[in-house]
Amino acid sequence: MRRLLRDWVHLVRPALVLLAGIGIFLVVRGAVIPKAFGQYGHFRPGALDTIRQRPISFAGQDTCVMCHDDQAKVRASGRHAHVACEACHGPLALHANDPAANVPKLPDVADLCRRCHEKDAAKPRKFPQVVTVEHSQGVPCDACHKPHNPHI
Amino acid sequence: MIPGVDGFMYPNEVELQWSLLIVLYPYITGLVAGAFILASLERVFRVEAVRPTYRLALLTALSFMLVAPLPLQLHLGHPERSLEMYLTPHRSSAMAMFGFVYLWYLMVVLLLEIWLEYRADIVRLAQSTTGITRLIYKALTLGSENVSTASRVIDDKVGYTVTVIGIPSAFLLHGYVGFIFGSIKANPWWSTPLMPIVFLFSAMTSGIAAVLLLYMATTKVKKVTLDMRCLDTIAKYLFYTFVIDFTLEMLDLIHRTYEADESFRSLDFMVHTRLWFSQVVLQIGMGTLIPLALLAANQLWTFAEAKRRVMYVTACCLTLVGIFAMRWNVVIGGQLFSKSFLGYTTYKVAFVTREGLIPAIGLMLLPFVIFVVLVKLLPPLGESEAHPSA
Repeated sequence: MRRLLRDWVHLVRPALVLLAGIGIFLVVRGAVIPKAFGQYGHFRPGALDTIRQRPISFAGQDTCVMCHDDQAKVRASGRHAHVACEACHGPLALHANDPAANVPKLPDVADLCRRCHEKDAAKPRKFPQVVTVEHSQGVPCDACHKPHNPHI
Repeated sequence: MIPGVDGFMYPNEVELQWSLLIVLYPYITGLVAGAFILASLERVFRVEAVRPTYRLALLTALSFMLVAPLPLQLHLGHPERSLEMYLTPHRSSAMAMFGFVYLWYLMVVLLLEIWLEYRADIVRLAQSTTGITRLIYKALTLGSENVSTASRVIDDKVGYTVTVIGIPSAFLLHGYVGFIFGSIKANPWWSTPLMPIVFLFSAMTSGIAAVLLLYMATTKVKKVTLDMRCLDTIAKYLFYTFVIDFTLEMLDLIHRTYEADESFRSLDFMVHTRLWFSQVVLQIGMGTLIPLALLAANQLWTFAEAKRRVMYVTACCLTLVGIFAMRWNVVIGGQLFSKSFLGYTTYKVAFVTREGLIPAIGLMLLPFVIFVVLVKLLPPLGESEAHPSA
Protein backbone atom coordinates (compact mmCIF):
# COMPACT_ATOMS: atom_id res chain seq x y z
CA MET A 1 0.00 0.00 0.00
CA ARG A 2 2.80 2.34 1.02
CA ARG A 3 4.68 1.49 -2.15
CA LEU A 4 1.59 2.16 -4.24
CA LEU A 5 1.14 5.52 -2.55
CA ARG A 6 4.80 6.35 -3.22
CA ASP A 7 4.28 5.75 -6.94
CA TRP A 8 1.16 7.92 -7.02
CA VAL A 9 2.43 10.80 -4.93
CA HIS A 10 4.21 12.64 -7.78
CA LEU A 11 0.77 13.29 -9.34
CA VAL A 12 -0.13 15.37 -6.31
CA ARG A 13 2.46 17.93 -7.37
CA PRO A 14 0.84 19.13 -10.62
CA ALA A 15 -2.47 19.08 -8.74
CA LEU A 16 -0.93 21.37 -6.12
CA VAL A 17 0.44 23.68 -8.84
CA LEU A 18 -3.04 23.82 -10.36
CA LEU A 19 -4.66 24.48 -6.99
CA ALA A 20 -2.08 27.21 -6.26
CA GLY A 21 -2.92 28.78 -9.65
CA ILE A 22 -6.64 28.67 -8.90
CA GLY A 23 -5.94 30.08 -5.41
CA ILE A 24 -3.93 33.01 -6.81
CA PHE A 25 -6.67 33.63 -9.37
CA LEU A 26 -9.34 33.72 -6.66
CA VAL A 27 -7.29 36.06 -4.47
CA VAL A 28 -6.64 38.44 -7.39
CA ARG A 29 -10.30 38.21 -8.38
CA GLY A 30 -11.41 39.08 -4.84
CA ALA A 31 -8.99 42.00 -4.69
CA VAL A 32 -9.77 43.65 -8.02
CA ILE A 33 -13.53 43.21 -8.40
CA PRO A 34 -15.42 46.08 -6.76
CA LYS A 35 -17.43 44.88 -3.76
CA ALA A 36 -20.80 46.01 -5.12
CA PHE A 37 -20.29 44.41 -8.56
CA GLY A 38 -23.54 42.83 -9.75
CA GLN A 39 -25.79 44.82 -7.37
CA TYR A 40 -27.98 46.17 -10.20
CA GLY A 41 -26.87 43.83 -13.00
CA HIS A 42 -23.68 42.63 -14.61
CA PHE A 43 -21.78 45.86 -14.10
CA ARG A 44 -20.02 48.02 -11.51
CA PRO A 45 -22.55 50.29 -9.72
CA GLY A 46 -19.85 52.97 -9.45
CA ALA A 47 -20.01 53.22 -13.26
CA LEU A 48 -23.38 54.97 -12.85
CA ASP A 49 -21.78 57.75 -10.77
CA THR A 50 -18.97 58.05 -13.30
CA ILE A 51 -21.55 58.49 -16.05
CA ARG A 52 -23.54 61.00 -13.95
CA GLN A 53 -20.42 63.13 -13.55
CA ARG A 54 -20.16 63.65 -17.27
CA PRO A 55 -21.42 67.07 -18.40
CA ILE A 56 -24.98 67.16 -19.72
CA SER A 57 -25.09 67.99 -23.43
CA PHE A 58 -28.78 67.87 -24.30
CA ALA A 59 -31.30 70.23 -22.74
CA GLY A 60 -34.32 68.11 -23.66
CA GLN A 61 -37.48 68.85 -25.63
CA ASP A 62 -39.43 70.28 -22.68
CA THR A 63 -36.71 72.82 -21.92
CA CYS A 64 -36.70 74.10 -25.54
CA VAL A 65 -40.48 74.51 -25.55
CA MET A 66 -40.38 76.62 -22.38
CA CYS A 67 -38.98 79.59 -24.34
CA HIS A 68 -39.63 78.69 -28.00
CA ASP A 69 -43.31 77.74 -27.76
CA ASP A 70 -44.11 79.60 -31.02
CA GLN A 71 -41.77 77.35 -33.00
CA ALA A 72 -42.96 74.33 -31.05
CA LYS A 73 -46.57 75.02 -32.15
CA VAL A 74 -45.55 75.27 -35.82
CA ARG A 75 -43.55 72.06 -35.53
CA ALA A 76 -46.38 70.19 -33.78
CA SER A 77 -48.74 70.87 -36.69
CA GLY A 78 -46.45 69.46 -39.39
CA ARG A 79 -44.65 66.28 -40.50
CA HIS A 80 -41.69 67.07 -38.24
CA ALA A 81 -43.86 66.88 -35.10
CA HIS A 82 -41.91 63.87 -33.82
CA VAL A 83 -38.44 65.16 -34.67
CA ALA A 84 -36.84 66.52 -31.48
CA CYS A 85 -35.48 70.10 -31.60
CA GLU A 86 -31.96 69.00 -30.80
CA ALA A 87 -31.99 66.36 -33.57
CA CYS A 88 -31.44 69.27 -36.02
CA HIS A 89 -30.14 72.06 -33.80
CA GLY A 90 -27.65 69.88 -31.93
CA PRO A 91 -27.11 69.51 -28.18
CA LEU A 92 -28.04 72.81 -26.48
CA ALA A 93 -27.75 72.32 -22.70
CA LEU A 94 -25.26 75.20 -22.51
CA HIS A 95 -27.66 77.49 -24.38
CA ALA A 96 -30.52 76.50 -22.05
CA ASN A 97 -28.42 77.31 -18.99
CA ASP A 98 -27.35 80.72 -20.26
CA PRO A 99 -29.16 81.73 -23.48
CA ALA A 100 -27.40 85.08 -23.82
CA ALA A 101 -23.87 83.75 -23.44
CA ASN A 102 -24.38 80.70 -25.67
CA VAL A 103 -26.19 81.65 -28.84
CA PRO A 104 -26.45 78.57 -31.07
CA LYS A 105 -25.60 78.74 -34.74
CA LEU A 106 -28.46 77.89 -37.11
CA PRO A 107 -27.89 74.62 -38.97
CA ASP A 108 -26.91 74.85 -42.65
CA VAL A 109 -29.94 73.49 -44.54
CA ALA A 110 -27.77 72.56 -47.52
CA ASP A 111 -26.33 69.72 -45.44
CA LEU A 112 -28.97 69.24 -42.80
CA CYS A 113 -32.02 68.19 -44.86
CA ARG A 114 -30.25 65.72 -47.10
CA ARG A 115 -28.99 63.79 -44.09
CA CYS A 116 -32.50 62.35 -43.81
CA HIS A 117 -34.08 63.05 -47.20
CA GLU A 118 -31.40 62.09 -49.73
CA LYS A 119 -32.73 59.26 -51.88
CA ASP A 120 -31.53 55.87 -50.73
CA ALA A 121 -32.62 52.41 -51.82
CA ALA A 122 -32.45 51.16 -48.25
CA LYS A 123 -35.06 53.64 -46.95
CA PRO A 124 -38.77 52.80 -46.77
CA ARG A 125 -40.49 53.79 -50.03
CA LYS A 126 -43.04 56.04 -48.33
CA PHE A 127 -40.37 58.12 -46.62
CA PRO A 128 -40.01 61.47 -48.42
CA GLN A 129 -36.69 61.34 -50.26
CA VAL A 130 -35.22 63.13 -53.26
CA VAL A 131 -32.04 63.25 -55.28
CA THR A 132 -31.14 66.72 -54.04
CA VAL A 133 -29.02 67.67 -57.04
CA GLU A 134 -31.94 67.04 -59.39
CA HIS A 135 -34.67 68.21 -57.00
CA SER A 136 -33.46 71.68 -56.03
CA GLN A 137 -30.53 72.30 -58.39
CA GLY A 138 -28.65 74.20 -55.72
CA VAL A 139 -31.57 76.22 -54.35
CA PRO A 140 -31.54 75.95 -50.51
CA CYS A 141 -34.32 73.71 -49.14
CA ASP A 142 -35.73 76.43 -46.89
CA ALA A 143 -36.45 78.61 -49.93
CA CYS A 144 -39.59 76.47 -50.38
CA HIS A 145 -39.92 74.28 -47.28
CA LYS A 146 -40.03 75.78 -43.78
CA PRO A 147 -37.98 73.43 -41.60
CA HIS A 148 -40.40 73.40 -38.64
CA ASN A 149 -43.33 72.50 -40.89
CA PRO A 150 -41.95 71.44 -44.29
CA HIS A 151 -45.27 71.22 -46.14
CA ILE A 152 -45.40 73.86 -48.92
CA MET B 1 -18.68 57.50 -54.33
CA ILE B 2 -16.44 55.89 -51.72
CA PRO B 3 -13.33 54.20 -53.18
CA GLY B 4 -13.57 50.40 -53.08
CA VAL B 5 -17.33 50.38 -52.56
CA ASP B 6 -19.74 49.18 -55.23
CA GLY B 7 -23.47 49.80 -54.85
CA PHE B 8 -25.04 50.61 -51.50
CA MET B 9 -23.38 49.88 -48.15
CA TYR B 10 -24.62 50.92 -44.70
CA PRO B 11 -22.10 53.31 -43.12
CA ASN B 12 -20.84 50.76 -40.58
CA GLU B 13 -20.19 48.17 -43.29
CA VAL B 14 -17.79 50.15 -45.46
CA GLU B 15 -14.75 49.47 -43.30
CA LEU B 16 -14.09 45.91 -42.15
CA GLN B 17 -14.01 45.49 -38.38
CA TRP B 18 -12.45 42.03 -38.35
CA SER B 19 -9.09 42.11 -40.05
CA LEU B 20 -6.31 39.74 -41.06
CA LEU B 21 -5.57 38.99 -37.39
CA ILE B 22 -9.05 37.57 -36.94
CA VAL B 23 -8.27 35.31 -39.89
CA LEU B 24 -5.17 34.08 -38.07
CA TYR B 25 -7.06 33.29 -34.88
CA PRO B 26 -9.20 30.39 -36.17
CA TYR B 27 -6.27 29.26 -38.30
CA ILE B 28 -3.96 28.96 -35.29
CA THR B 29 -6.54 27.35 -32.97
CA GLY B 30 -7.31 24.93 -35.79
CA LEU B 31 -3.67 23.86 -35.93
CA VAL B 32 -3.75 23.28 -32.16
CA ALA B 33 -6.86 21.11 -32.30
CA GLY B 34 -5.66 19.20 -35.36
CA ALA B 35 -2.23 18.48 -33.89
CA PHE B 36 -3.76 17.27 -30.64
CA ILE B 37 -6.19 14.97 -32.42
CA LEU B 38 -3.30 13.45 -34.35
CA ALA B 39 -1.50 12.86 -31.03
CA SER B 40 -4.59 11.15 -29.65
CA LEU B 41 -4.59 8.75 -32.61
CA GLU B 42 -1.59 7.03 -31.14
CA ARG B 43 -2.54 7.33 -27.48
CA VAL B 44 -6.22 6.50 -27.49
CA PHE B 45 -6.82 4.74 -30.77
CA ARG B 46 -3.54 2.85 -30.58
CA VAL B 47 -2.38 3.64 -34.13
CA GLU B 48 1.18 2.53 -33.44
CA ALA B 49 2.49 3.67 -36.84
CA VAL B 50 2.15 7.35 -35.95
CA ARG B 51 4.01 6.95 -32.64
CA PRO B 52 7.13 8.87 -33.82
CA THR B 53 4.99 11.99 -34.16
CA TYR B 54 3.18 11.71 -30.82
CA ARG B 55 5.46 14.01 -28.86
CA LEU B 56 5.98 16.28 -31.84
CA ALA B 57 2.23 16.70 -32.21
CA LEU B 58 1.88 17.64 -28.54
CA LEU B 59 4.67 20.23 -28.79
CA THR B 60 3.14 21.61 -32.00
CA ALA B 61 -0.21 21.96 -30.24
CA LEU B 62 1.41 23.75 -27.29
CA SER B 63 3.45 26.12 -29.52
CA PHE B 64 0.37 27.24 -31.42
CA MET B 65 -1.82 27.24 -28.32
CA LEU B 66 0.41 29.80 -26.58
CA VAL B 67 0.13 32.12 -29.58
CA ALA B 68 -3.60 31.58 -30.25
CA PRO B 69 -4.93 34.48 -28.12
CA LEU B 70 -2.32 36.99 -29.32
CA PRO B 71 -4.04 37.99 -32.59
CA LEU B 72 -7.14 38.82 -30.56
CA GLN B 73 -5.11 40.85 -28.07
CA LEU B 74 -3.56 42.87 -30.90
CA HIS B 75 -6.99 43.43 -32.42
CA LEU B 76 -8.50 44.82 -29.22
CA GLY B 77 -8.43 48.53 -28.52
CA HIS B 78 -7.95 47.81 -24.81
CA PRO B 79 -6.22 44.41 -24.62
CA GLU B 80 -5.86 44.68 -20.84
CA ARG B 81 -9.64 44.57 -20.52
CA SER B 82 -9.74 41.08 -22.04
CA LEU B 83 -8.73 39.73 -18.62
CA GLU B 84 -12.06 40.94 -17.26
CA MET B 85 -13.51 38.05 -19.24
CA TYR B 86 -12.00 35.78 -16.58
CA LEU B 87 -12.71 38.01 -13.60
CA THR B 88 -16.35 38.84 -14.27
CA PRO B 89 -17.48 36.42 -16.98
CA HIS B 90 -20.98 36.81 -18.37
CA ARG B 91 -22.73 33.51 -18.91
CA SER B 92 -24.45 34.75 -22.06
CA SER B 93 -21.10 35.51 -23.71
CA ALA B 94 -19.73 32.66 -25.82
CA MET B 95 -16.36 34.41 -25.86
CA ALA B 96 -16.18 34.58 -22.04
CA MET B 97 -17.07 30.92 -21.68
CA PHE B 98 -14.49 30.08 -24.29
CA GLY B 99 -11.81 31.77 -22.18
CA PHE B 100 -12.30 28.99 -19.65
CA VAL B 101 -12.29 26.30 -22.33
CA TYR B 102 -8.95 27.71 -23.49
CA LEU B 103 -7.51 27.70 -19.96
CA TRP B 104 -8.83 24.21 -19.27
CA TYR B 105 -7.34 22.91 -22.49
CA LEU B 106 -3.98 24.62 -21.97
CA MET B 107 -3.47 24.08 -18.25
CA VAL B 108 -5.19 20.80 -17.56
CA VAL B 109 -5.09 18.86 -20.81
CA LEU B 110 -2.06 19.93 -22.81
CA LEU B 111 0.49 20.83 -20.11
CA LEU B 112 -0.45 17.84 -17.96
CA GLU B 113 -0.23 15.43 -20.84
CA ILE B 114 3.13 16.79 -21.94
CA TRP B 115 4.43 16.65 -18.37
CA LEU B 116 3.32 13.05 -17.91
CA GLU B 117 4.75 12.05 -21.27
CA TYR B 118 8.13 13.71 -20.66
CA ARG B 119 8.48 13.16 -16.91
CA ALA B 120 11.05 10.38 -17.12
CA ASP B 121 13.11 12.37 -19.65
CA ILE B 122 12.88 15.51 -17.52
CA VAL B 123 14.16 13.64 -14.44
CA ARG B 124 16.98 12.10 -16.47
CA LEU B 125 17.93 15.48 -17.97
CA ALA B 126 17.77 17.14 -14.53
CA GLN B 127 20.40 14.69 -13.38
CA SER B 128 22.63 14.77 -16.46
CA THR B 129 22.72 18.50 -17.30
CA THR B 130 24.42 21.40 -15.53
CA GLY B 131 23.96 25.11 -14.92
CA ILE B 132 20.77 26.95 -15.78
CA THR B 133 19.47 24.09 -17.96
CA ARG B 134 19.61 21.83 -14.92
CA LEU B 135 17.61 24.40 -12.93
CA ILE B 136 14.93 24.50 -15.63
CA TYR B 137 14.64 20.71 -15.70
CA LYS B 138 14.67 20.62 -11.87
CA ALA B 139 11.76 23.04 -11.80
CA LEU B 140 9.95 20.96 -14.43
CA THR B 141 10.23 17.81 -12.29
CA LEU B 142 8.08 19.65 -9.70
CA GLY B 143 10.30 18.11 -7.05
CA SER B 144 9.56 14.46 -7.79
CA GLU B 145 12.26 12.23 -9.16
CA ASN B 146 10.43 8.96 -8.84
CA VAL B 147 10.54 7.31 -12.26
CA SER B 148 10.10 3.75 -11.16
CA THR B 149 8.37 1.38 -13.57
CA ALA B 150 5.28 1.36 -11.35
CA SER B 151 5.08 5.17 -11.37
CA ARG B 152 5.49 5.24 -15.16
CA VAL B 153 2.65 2.74 -15.53
CA ILE B 154 0.49 5.07 -13.44
CA ASP B 155 1.62 8.04 -15.58
CA ASP B 156 0.61 6.12 -18.67
CA LYS B 157 -2.86 5.38 -17.32
CA VAL B 158 -3.41 8.97 -16.19
CA GLY B 159 -2.00 10.24 -19.52
CA TYR B 160 -4.45 8.01 -21.37
CA THR B 161 -7.35 9.41 -19.31
CA VAL B 162 -6.19 12.98 -19.92
CA THR B 163 -6.04 12.30 -23.67
CA VAL B 164 -9.52 10.79 -23.63
CA ILE B 165 -10.77 13.98 -21.91
CA GLY B 166 -8.58 15.99 -24.28
CA ILE B 167 -10.33 14.82 -27.46
CA PRO B 168 -13.72 16.39 -26.65
CA SER B 169 -11.83 19.39 -25.24
CA ALA B 170 -9.98 19.84 -28.54
CA PHE B 171 -13.29 19.49 -30.38
CA LEU B 172 -14.83 22.05 -28.05
CA LEU B 173 -11.88 24.41 -28.52
CA HIS B 174 -12.21 24.58 -32.25
CA GLY B 175 -15.91 23.84 -32.52
CA TYR B 176 -16.40 26.99 -30.48
CA VAL B 177 -14.57 29.13 -33.06
CA GLY B 178 -16.99 27.87 -35.70
CA PHE B 179 -19.83 28.36 -33.23
CA ILE B 180 -18.94 32.06 -32.84
CA PHE B 181 -19.28 32.60 -36.59
CA GLY B 182 -22.15 30.15 -37.08
CA SER B 183 -24.27 31.84 -34.44
CA ILE B 184 -24.12 35.33 -35.98
CA LYS B 185 -27.64 35.25 -37.35
CA ALA B 186 -27.41 38.66 -39.02
CA ASN B 187 -24.77 37.39 -41.44
CA PRO B 188 -25.97 34.80 -43.97
CA TRP B 189 -22.39 33.96 -45.01
CA TRP B 190 -21.67 32.74 -41.47
CA SER B 191 -24.98 31.76 -39.99
CA THR B 192 -25.17 28.00 -40.50
CA PRO B 193 -25.14 25.19 -37.94
CA LEU B 194 -22.65 23.40 -40.20
CA MET B 195 -20.03 26.04 -39.41
CA PRO B 196 -18.62 24.45 -36.19
CA ILE B 197 -18.39 21.04 -37.87
CA VAL B 198 -16.74 22.45 -41.01
CA PHE B 199 -14.29 24.37 -38.82
CA LEU B 200 -13.54 21.25 -36.82
CA PHE B 201 -12.71 19.07 -39.78
CA SER B 202 -10.71 21.77 -41.51
CA ALA B 203 -8.84 22.19 -38.20
CA MET B 204 -8.01 18.51 -38.12
CA THR B 205 -6.87 18.65 -41.74
CA SER B 206 -4.58 21.63 -41.20
CA GLY B 207 -3.21 20.30 -37.89
CA ILE B 208 -2.34 16.90 -39.36
CA ALA B 209 -0.69 18.56 -42.38
CA ALA B 210 1.32 20.87 -40.10
CA VAL B 211 2.58 18.00 -37.92
CA LEU B 212 3.53 15.96 -40.99
CA LEU B 213 5.60 18.87 -42.32
CA LEU B 214 7.16 19.57 -38.92
CA TYR B 215 8.00 15.88 -38.53
CA MET B 216 9.78 15.85 -41.89
CA ALA B 217 11.58 19.11 -41.07
CA THR B 218 12.63 17.94 -37.60
CA THR B 219 14.03 14.64 -38.87
CA LYS B 220 15.97 16.54 -41.51
CA VAL B 221 17.41 19.04 -39.05
CA LYS B 222 18.16 16.41 -36.40
CA LYS B 223 19.48 14.00 -39.06
CA VAL B 224 17.20 11.22 -37.81
CA THR B 225 15.89 8.51 -40.16
CA LEU B 226 12.43 9.35 -41.43
CA ASP B 227 9.90 6.64 -40.63
CA MET B 228 8.11 6.20 -43.97
CA ARG B 229 5.47 3.92 -42.46
CA CYS B 230 4.60 6.71 -40.06
CA LEU B 231 4.53 9.26 -42.87
CA ASP B 232 2.29 7.05 -45.03
CA THR B 233 -0.11 6.50 -42.13
CA ILE B 234 -0.37 10.22 -41.37
CA ALA B 235 -0.93 10.91 -45.06
CA LYS B 236 -3.68 8.29 -45.08
CA TYR B 237 -5.43 9.92 -42.11
CA LEU B 238 -4.93 13.33 -43.68
CA PHE B 239 -6.65 12.04 -46.80
CA TYR B 240 -9.61 10.62 -44.83
CA THR B 241 -10.06 13.82 -42.81
CA PHE B 242 -9.70 15.97 -45.89
CA VAL B 243 -12.35 13.97 -47.77
CA ILE B 244 -14.82 14.51 -44.89
CA ASP B 245 -13.87 18.19 -44.66
CA PHE B 246 -14.30 18.75 -48.39
CA THR B 247 -17.59 16.83 -48.42
CA LEU B 248 -18.95 18.99 -45.60
CA GLU B 249 -17.86 22.20 -47.33
CA MET B 250 -19.44 21.11 -50.59
CA LEU B 251 -22.59 20.07 -48.70
CA ASP B 252 -22.77 23.59 -47.32
CA LEU B 253 -22.23 25.05 -50.79
CA ILE B 254 -24.81 22.82 -52.47
CA HIS B 255 -27.31 23.47 -49.70
CA ARG B 256 -26.87 27.23 -50.08
CA THR B 257 -27.23 26.98 -53.86
CA TYR B 258 -30.32 24.78 -53.67
CA GLU B 259 -31.93 26.78 -50.88
CA ALA B 260 -31.10 30.03 -52.72
CA ASP B 261 -32.53 32.31 -50.03
CA GLU B 262 -32.63 36.11 -50.31
CA SER B 263 -28.88 36.40 -49.75
CA PHE B 264 -27.94 33.95 -52.50
CA ARG B 265 -27.60 36.33 -55.44
CA SER B 266 -25.40 38.62 -53.41
CA LEU B 267 -23.17 35.81 -52.13
CA ASP B 268 -23.04 34.20 -55.57
CA PHE B 269 -21.92 37.49 -57.10
CA MET B 270 -19.23 37.79 -54.44
CA VAL B 271 -17.85 34.29 -55.09
CA HIS B 272 -17.65 35.13 -58.79
CA THR B 273 -15.92 38.46 -58.28
CA ARG B 274 -14.19 39.50 -55.06
CA LEU B 275 -13.67 35.99 -53.68
CA TRP B 276 -12.96 34.26 -56.98
CA PHE B 277 -9.23 33.97 -56.45
CA SER B 278 -9.22 33.23 -52.70
CA GLN B 279 -12.20 30.86 -52.74
CA VAL B 280 -12.33 29.13 -56.10
CA VAL B 281 -8.69 29.23 -57.17
CA LEU B 282 -6.84 29.12 -53.84
CA GLN B 283 -9.18 27.29 -51.47
CA ILE B 284 -11.00 24.83 -53.71
CA GLY B 285 -8.59 24.41 -56.63
CA MET B 286 -5.06 24.67 -55.28
CA GLY B 287 -5.80 24.15 -51.60
CA THR B 288 -8.18 21.19 -51.82
CA LEU B 289 -8.41 19.42 -55.17
CA ILE B 290 -4.67 19.22 -55.88
CA PRO B 291 -3.68 17.95 -52.39
CA LEU B 292 -6.63 15.56 -52.40
CA ALA B 293 -5.54 14.22 -55.79
CA LEU B 294 -1.96 13.80 -54.56
CA LEU B 295 -3.07 12.02 -51.39
CA ALA B 296 -5.61 9.89 -53.26
CA ALA B 297 -2.94 8.85 -55.78
CA ASN B 298 -0.88 7.52 -52.88
CA GLN B 299 -3.81 5.44 -51.71
CA LEU B 300 -4.29 3.95 -55.17
CA TRP B 301 -0.75 3.44 -56.41
CA THR B 302 2.63 2.81 -54.83
CA PHE B 303 5.28 5.42 -55.55
CA ALA B 304 8.98 5.39 -54.75
CA GLU B 305 9.94 6.87 -51.34
CA ALA B 306 11.50 10.04 -52.73
CA LYS B 307 8.44 10.71 -54.89
CA ARG B 308 6.10 10.11 -51.94
CA ARG B 309 7.99 12.61 -49.83
CA VAL B 310 7.73 15.28 -52.51
CA MET B 311 4.04 14.51 -52.97
CA TYR B 312 3.35 14.69 -49.24
CA VAL B 313 5.25 17.95 -48.80
CA THR B 314 3.43 19.50 -51.77
CA ALA B 315 0.05 18.22 -50.57
CA CYS B 316 0.60 19.45 -46.99
CA CYS B 317 1.89 22.91 -48.02
CA LEU B 318 -1.08 23.35 -50.37
CA THR B 319 -3.44 22.09 -47.65
CA LEU B 320 -2.14 24.70 -45.22
CA VAL B 321 -2.54 27.42 -47.87
CA GLY B 322 -6.04 26.13 -48.69
CA ILE B 323 -7.20 26.08 -45.06
CA PHE B 324 -5.80 29.57 -44.56
CA ALA B 325 -7.75 30.67 -47.63
CA MET B 326 -10.85 29.04 -46.13
CA ARG B 327 -10.44 31.08 -42.92
CA TRP B 328 -9.87 34.19 -45.02
CA ASN B 329 -12.99 33.57 -47.09
CA VAL B 330 -15.09 33.04 -43.99
CA VAL B 331 -13.82 35.99 -41.94
CA ILE B 332 -13.14 38.55 -44.67
CA GLY B 333 -15.75 37.26 -47.13
CA GLY B 334 -18.46 37.62 -44.52
CA GLN B 335 -17.78 41.33 -44.24
CA LEU B 336 -17.46 42.24 -47.91
CA PHE B 337 -21.17 42.43 -48.71
CA SER B 338 -23.91 44.67 -47.36
CA LYS B 339 -26.75 43.38 -45.23
CA SER B 340 -28.96 45.21 -47.73
CA PHE B 341 -27.55 42.84 -50.41
CA LEU B 342 -27.16 45.91 -52.60
CA GLY B 343 -23.45 46.60 -52.33
CA TYR B 344 -19.93 45.32 -51.75
CA THR B 345 -16.86 46.75 -50.09
CA THR B 346 -13.14 45.96 -50.39
CA TYR B 347 -10.57 44.86 -47.83
CA LYS B 348 -7.03 46.07 -48.23
CA VAL B 349 -4.47 44.62 -45.84
CA ALA B 350 -2.48 47.29 -44.05
CA PHE B 351 1.28 46.81 -43.83
CA VAL B 352 2.93 47.92 -40.59
CA THR B 353 -0.12 48.90 -38.57
CA ARG B 354 -1.14 47.01 -35.44
CA GLU B 355 -3.41 44.76 -37.48
CA GLY B 356 -1.30 44.78 -40.61
CA LEU B 357 0.72 42.27 -42.59
CA ILE B 358 3.94 42.56 -40.59
CA PRO B 359 2.36 41.74 -37.18
CA ALA B 360 0.48 38.89 -38.88
CA ILE B 361 3.68 37.44 -40.30
CA GLY B 362 5.33 37.87 -36.88
CA LEU B 363 2.46 36.06 -35.17
CA MET B 364 2.63 33.25 -37.70
CA LEU B 365 6.38 32.83 -37.14
CA LEU B 366 6.18 33.00 -33.34
CA PRO B 367 4.77 29.44 -32.87
CA PHE B 368 7.71 28.07 -34.87
CA VAL B 369 10.17 29.93 -32.63
CA ILE B 370 8.41 28.50 -29.57
CA PHE B 371 8.42 25.08 -31.25
CA VAL B 372 12.20 25.21 -31.79
CA VAL B 373 12.74 26.15 -28.13
CA LEU B 374 10.40 23.38 -26.96
CA VAL B 375 12.08 20.80 -29.20
CA LYS B 376 15.44 21.86 -27.79
CA LEU B 377 14.13 21.59 -24.22
CA LEU B 378 12.03 18.47 -24.66
CA PRO B 379 13.54 16.29 -27.41
CA PRO B 380 10.64 14.68 -29.28
CA LEU B 381 12.45 12.16 -31.44
CA GLY B 382 14.68 10.48 -28.84
CA GLU B 383 14.08 7.07 -27.36
CA SER B 384 10.87 7.51 -25.41
CA GLU B 385 10.57 5.91 -22.01
CA ALA B 386 6.86 6.45 -22.09
CA HIS B 387 4.14 3.82 -22.20
CA PRO B 388 5.94 1.05 -20.37
CA SER B 389 2.75 -0.93 -20.45
CA ALA B 390 2.32 -0.60 -24.19
